[in-house]
Amino acid sequence: MTQRLPVTVYPLWLASPLALAMLLFFVTPLLVLAFVSFYADAGMTQWGTLAQWTKMFDAFGMSVLGDTLWLGVQVTALCLVMGYALAWVFVRLPERLQPLVIFIVMLPLLTSVVVRTFAWIVILGRQGIINAVLLDLGVIDSAARLLYTRTGLVVTLANVQLPLMVLPLINAIQRIDPNLADASSSLGGSEWRTFRQITLPLSLPGIVAGCLLTFAAAITAFISQSLIGGGQMLFMPMYLYQQASALSNYPFAAVISLTFLATVLVCVSAFNLLGRMSRGYATT
Amino acid sequence: MARRTDLPTLIFRVSIWTLALLTLVLLIAPTLVVLIVSFTDGFSLKFPPPGYSLKWYGELIDASQLHFAAWNSIKVALATTVLSVVLGVCGALAIARSQTAMARVLDSLFMSPLVLPALAFGFAALMTFSWIGMPVSATTLVIGHSAVCVPYVIRTTTAALAQLDPALLESSASLGANRWFTFRHVTLPSIRPGVMAGAFIAFMSSFDNVPVSLFLRDARTDMLPIRMWQDLEGRLDVTIAAMSSVIILITLVMMIVMERAVGLSRRLRQ
Repeated sequence: MTQRLPVTVYPLWLASPLALAMLLFFVTPLLVLAFVSFYADAGMTQWGTLAQWTKMFDAFGMSVLGDTLWLGVQVTALCLVMGYALAWVFVRLPERLQPLVIFIVMLPLLTSVVVRTFAWIVILGRQGIINAVLLDLGVIDSAARLLYTRTGLVVTLANVQLPLMVLPLINAIQRIDPNLADASSSLGGSEWRTFRQITLPLSLPGIVAGCLLTFAAAITAFISQSLIGGGQMLFMPMYLYQQASALSNYPFAAVISLTFLATVLVCVSAFNLLGRMSRGYATT
Repeated sequence: MARRTDLPTLIFRVSIWTLALLTLVLLIAPTLVVLIVSFTDGFSLKFPPPGYSLKWYGELIDASQLHFAAWNSIKVALATTVLSVVLGVCGALAIARSQTAMARVLDSLFMSPLVLPALAFGFAALMTFSWIGMPVSATTLVIGHSAVCVPYVIRTTTAALAQLDPALLESSASLGANRWFTFRHVTLPSIRPGVMAGAFIAFMSSFDNVPVSLFLRDARTDMLPIRMWQDLEGRLDVTIAAMSSVIILITLVMMIVMERAVGLSRRLRQ
């Protein structure tokens, strides 16, 4: 008879149904993906070549991957600036206003992504609010094209993913000991110096966490990329969808999936490493 | 003591407050814009609308394709929620208080759908189902959605379990209660809000799921987000604005209910 488990711990076998389901329906598909990627042709007749893989690593495939990552960087940067300002102001708001702001931040998080993207179609459209204001002010003579542009896409994605950035930032800034800021200002440090030398470095773990979530969400945002970016721009998710659905080239779609997966994993690991380093920095 | 406000501080303060205010406006604006434009009496997404009417809500009542897709999405989301909660709560109980290496491995396995691109998983699942000869159906959708929704239940349940005082479990046991009795009367009541928050997030994320549905759905199991996306790709239809407004209002009501019931925002921020 094995040793009895303490009452506070639950037996590990309770996890077996979920573990089995995940192995069957999550891990196995990924293995199937790897297997299919070694077919030479779309008809999947000849197996055991790297033909599809070499296609991915040609100039076009790499430019799509590079462009997708660059989009992620642009969105994350814009999101960080906007999100940090909001988080910084949030912790200085009177306590009864804070739940309201949290609610405003969370509403888009739970609202359907198609709805959120649709809202930006209305805002950026030819007859949208931005064009209406600019025309009224006489800044422009005719409606500007904002939809289906890179700038439009970056702005939309940054706004759609904003909650993912703001929530970790608020947590991080709230955790900073208020005495540190007080000490800084009583020693004659200006608010700007306190921000640069205390708040910003100490909130690094939150910055890293927020950037990770925003970046991962921005590069995988299929709906926003396709509706706001339009047909002129090609990013990894749409590349994968086209090859799998419209062209039925499963082996190549598998290669795109795996390349994308590996890229995301590398980025996540890099962010996690940064996160650990920044936590070490923030506690010393 | 008079505070010296130097120029950098002044610039910093003005710009950070302006930026924060702008960000807040940008967070609310899309929701308001959709709500307002859905009441237009015109035929385009012109903002501000030329006049107001309820005609697009009338169109929505007749939009049978949207109704069909919405109903499918609700059914799949409900089934996904039940499956995710049953499997997820058992999984969370097993790994939450265990220090073994196996528990850490399982934890990474269960949380991995959150980081990996769901589109790649959706495509992989499609190939696997067709490989084992399982045609796409509501069942395959529920399985696929559950794989990506279960981490939310695990996360909120694990967080709730971490706050449960072990002394409560020990005293229950020392009073002669068996494991099952202790679970029913001590553990479950105290983790219930966490489980419910997880269930709610799982439901919303299944209802909103695009990457998995994109591959595992067909004409018989049309899903609402996909239907709306395809409608928008074709032409910018104002009916979608009415549909979106209905979704926004339902989400808003459910959020308020969940906030009151289980303190949703606190759990989302963990």
